[in-house]
Order: sequence, then structure tokens, then C-alpha cells
Amino acid sequence: MSQNHPLSSLLRQSQNISGLEPAKATDSIVQSIYHTAQKIARETVQMPGSRIQNLDRRLDNIFLSRIWGYPVMLILLTMILWITIIGANYPSSWLASGLFWLEERLTQGLQFLDAAAWVHGFFIEGVYRSVAWVISVMLPPMAIFFPLFTLLEDAGYLPRVAFNLDYFFKKAGAHGKQALTMCMGFGCNAAAIVSCRIIDSPRERLIAALTNNFTPCNGRFPTLIAMATLFIGGSSLVLGTQLMATLTVAGFILLGIILTFVLSYFLSRTLLKGEPSSFILELPPYRSPRIGQVIIRSVMDRTLFVLARAIIVAAPAGAITWILANTYIDGTSLLSSFAAFLHPFASHMGLDGFILMAFILGLPANEIVLPILIMAYVSGGSMMELESLGDLRQLFVVEHGWTWLTGICFMLFTVCHWPCGTTLYTLQKEQKNAYWTFMAFLLPTCTGILLCVSVNYLVQFMHLL
Amino acid sequence: MHACMTLDRLLPGCFALVEEVQAQGITRRRLLDLGLVPGTIIQAIHRSPLGDPTAYQIRGAIIALRQEDTLQIRIIPFEGT
Repeated sequence: MSQNHPLSSLLRQSQNISGLEPAKATDSIVQSIYHTAQKIARETVQMPGSRIQNLDRRLDNIFLSRIWGYPVMLILLTMILWITIIGANYPSSWLASGLFWLEERLTQGLQFLDAAAWVHGFFIEGVYRSVAWVISVMLPPMAIFFPLFTLLEDAGYLPRVAFNLDYFFKKAGAHGKQALTMCMGFGCNAAAIVSCRIIDSPRERLIAALTNNFTPCNGRFPTLIAMATLFIGGSSLVLGTQLMATLTVAGFILLGIILTFVLSYFLSRTLLKGEPSSFILELPPYRSPRIGQVIIRSVMDRTLFVLARAIIVAAPAGAITWILANTYIDGTSLLSSFAAFLHPFASHMGLDGFILMAFILGLPANEIVLPILIMAYVSGGSMMELESLGDLRQLFVVEHGWTWLTGICFMLFTVCHWPCGTTLYTLQKEQKNAYWTFMAFLLPTCTGILLCVSVNYLVQFMHLL
Repeated sequence: MHACMTLDRLLPGCFALVEEVQAQGITRRRLLDLGLVPGTIIQAIHRSPLGDPTAYQIRGAIIALRQEDTLQIRIIPFEGT
């Protein structure tokens, strides 16, 4: 207890009276508090039957078991992703057709008003289209994933994940509660960085914050899902291909988790040296989740919040992209020049200039990387209706020469590249140290570049393509 | 009554009385805050899949502790509930 604490003078008095040394006096105070509490509890509280507790232990025997603990975690993750992928398919295409139907009506309206071509281009092809893409690609997976994840949270499963994974975090020199902040990262990395406050040791809190970006957030895994479906699942609804797409996304998420451990280990041996601090974690009783409340909470608080933020960012980003695509200097658009400038570097990473540019322009929010890329591709070439993933496949594979390697490198870079603007801003606000904010930018970016270049050259070297 | 030992050696399912918390500083404070004062009944519940941490029942709550911390808690095991 600090010297200035109002109770510290009381504590000193108690030491004087009892004649005990300071530590002993504190101990005896705590002890007497607990003995009194115990006495009161015994007289007044009736313990419920042990049936519920036995059920909890039986569940823990599965979820925390040596044999089933990790498989159950993986199965739950895969199941959530699978339901998300299957469930998002239909609403995504409905939303896309609906929004593009509306686009046609708006275009007709502008034609009727005899508006200038740039008005149509700027507002419809720029702003409207990018917003439409964010909604149709991002909303369905979010609206399914968030409630499912909140169900697990509500049921009391997440602390069990922390319990199962603590051994790895301890080996990495980090805190077991980092598992919880990592799980928060699936929702939003910026929110997860705030949640790192649950870790008391400043060193371990910083490790958790710096490595959080390796968990693909809600702005990124719809991109992963779209890519996996594009290159593995196709647009078919065959069970086997969907399962393969699910396993691919799960694999990339697992890679992110492994990288979290590797980078935590690296940090705690180099920049953030130190011993793991003590770890105390409560495993709360299981509860049957309140489904209605979970859906309302996750849709209102999370899905709509994240979507609104994405739209707020997507509209100006779409406008800027359109301007860049339609401002010509010496016959080349600014967008194409920028992409051409990035291309030599990007091609080492198995990407192309447009993809890297989309990631850079997507700094404000990861949700808009794919829409920007689509717009950059579309505005350069022939106009087309993009109503389904099949059309997307046509655009990427046929018109821009993507291979499965491009897909893999795109997904790799989606999992590891700089955190979005909001996350960096939040980190700066939490740590108030530009050096660590810069490290949070550098660490995943270097990892991503290294991974992409290695995979690209390994595949080429082994003539797998 | 068995001889005194440290909490990390208590097997899952077994009960013990806390004799002394030897940890110092912030860890000691945390452990005391959980109610791990001398005389408290504690039961080991689960080991995590890789053997560490372990979950204990302390005053009706399930609390997970790492081995480094449980090494510093001396206990007296006893039979039954």
C-alpha cells in the first residue's frame, strides 16, 4: 500500500497497537476479513445443490482435457467459420444484386437529370460502389460471426481457452490473459488493444498489444473468406469444397496464432526482456447463453458499429480511388502510375502493384482493401457488373492473371501487414509512445513481407506453379 | 494428517488446508485477495492439457494458477471433503 493512501495511516496505527511487523499486520487484516466473511456466509448463505457444479466439472473434463482440450478448440473455431461461410453465401449475393439494381436506378436518375459524366463517375462508380461492396462482402460474415462468437463468450468458454493456451504464452514469456485479448482481436484489433488493460504487467501488456494484429479482425476475415471461396470453394455450394475453404481460412487463422506466439517469444527475448509475472485467472461457471440478448448485443453494438465505421471510411476512400483512377497525366492514370511504381516490389511478394496499392490505400480500415482493389481493377479496364464471387473470379483470374499463389500471398499479407489506422491511433493513445506505435506497424509488416517473399520464391523454385 | 508440502504437488481431486503463502510482493497480495489465507480449504480441480497451469477450487470459485506461484504456497493435504 502506498504511503499516500488514506488507509496507510490507519495501517501504521494498527501496527503500533498490535506490535506486528508491517507485512504481518496486513496479513492478519486480510485473514480476519476472510474469517468474518466466512462466518457470515455460513450463517446466511444457502449453497445450491452440487448438481450444477458437477455438470461444470463434467464439461471441464472435456474442454480442459489433455486429449480433447485442443481438438475441441479447433473444432469450435472451424465450425464457427464453416457456419459463417455457408451462411454468408446467399445474403451476400442477394445484397449485391439488390445494391447493383439500385445502382442502375440511380444511374438512370442521373441520366434523366442530364448530370455530367464526372458526377456519375464520382458518386456512383466511386462512392456508391465502394460502399455497396463493403456492405455486400462484409456485412453477412460479420452478422453471422459476431453473434456466434458472442455465444461462446457468454457461455464462459473463452477463459477456458486462456487456461488451455497459457502454457504456450508462459513459454513465450507472455501472460495467459493474452489469449483473451487475442480472441477480442477477432472482433476488432483496436478494441482488443484497449482490452490489453486486463494484463497488469506493463511488459506483458505491451507484448499483447504489439502482437494483436496477427489475429485477423472482422475487417479482414471476410476478405480471407472471399479469397478462400474464390480459389478453393469456387462459387459452387458443394459440401466438400466449402469444407476446404473453411479449413483454409482456419489454417490462416492458426498461422496468425502461431505467429503471435513466435513474435511474443521474440519480443520477450529482445526488446521486452523480462520474466513472466504471476497469472491468476478465474474460470467462471458455465452459463447457458441468453440467445436473444446475444444477438441484439452483437448486432447492435458490434456489427453495426464496425459496419458504420467501414462505410464512413469507404465512402471517401472510394471517392479518392475514383479520382486517382480518372486523373490522367501523360495518358496514364495516377492510379496506374502508382501501381506500376509498386509493381516491381510487389511482384517479389507474389502480388501485383494494384494489390499492394489497395493495402496501402486501405490503411484507414481493412474492410476497404478488397473494394479498393476491385475498383482499381475495374476502372482500369472494361466496366462490368460484379454481382457474385464468380464475377470476381473472372476479374481476378482471367483479366488480371491471378494464380492460386497470388491468392495465398494475398491471404498471407491480409493476416500480416500493418494494423489499420484506428488500431495504430488506439495504441498511441494507450501507450503514449510513438516508438511502440511504430514497432506495432513494423513488426507485422516485416513478417508479412518476409512470409510472402519466401512463399513466392519457394513455390517458384520448386516449380509448383 | 500428512506432512506439509507445496500446492503444486496436490493432485487433481485432492483437498488441502493452506498453511502459509510464501510469495512476496504483488503476487502475495493477489493470492491473499483471492482468500488464500492460512486455514483456507483448497481443492485441485484440473490440470491444463500441458500440465500447467492448474485450476483450484478456492472459496467456491475456480481459479487457475501457474506452477511458479503454487510452489510458494505451503499446504497440509487431508482426505475427504
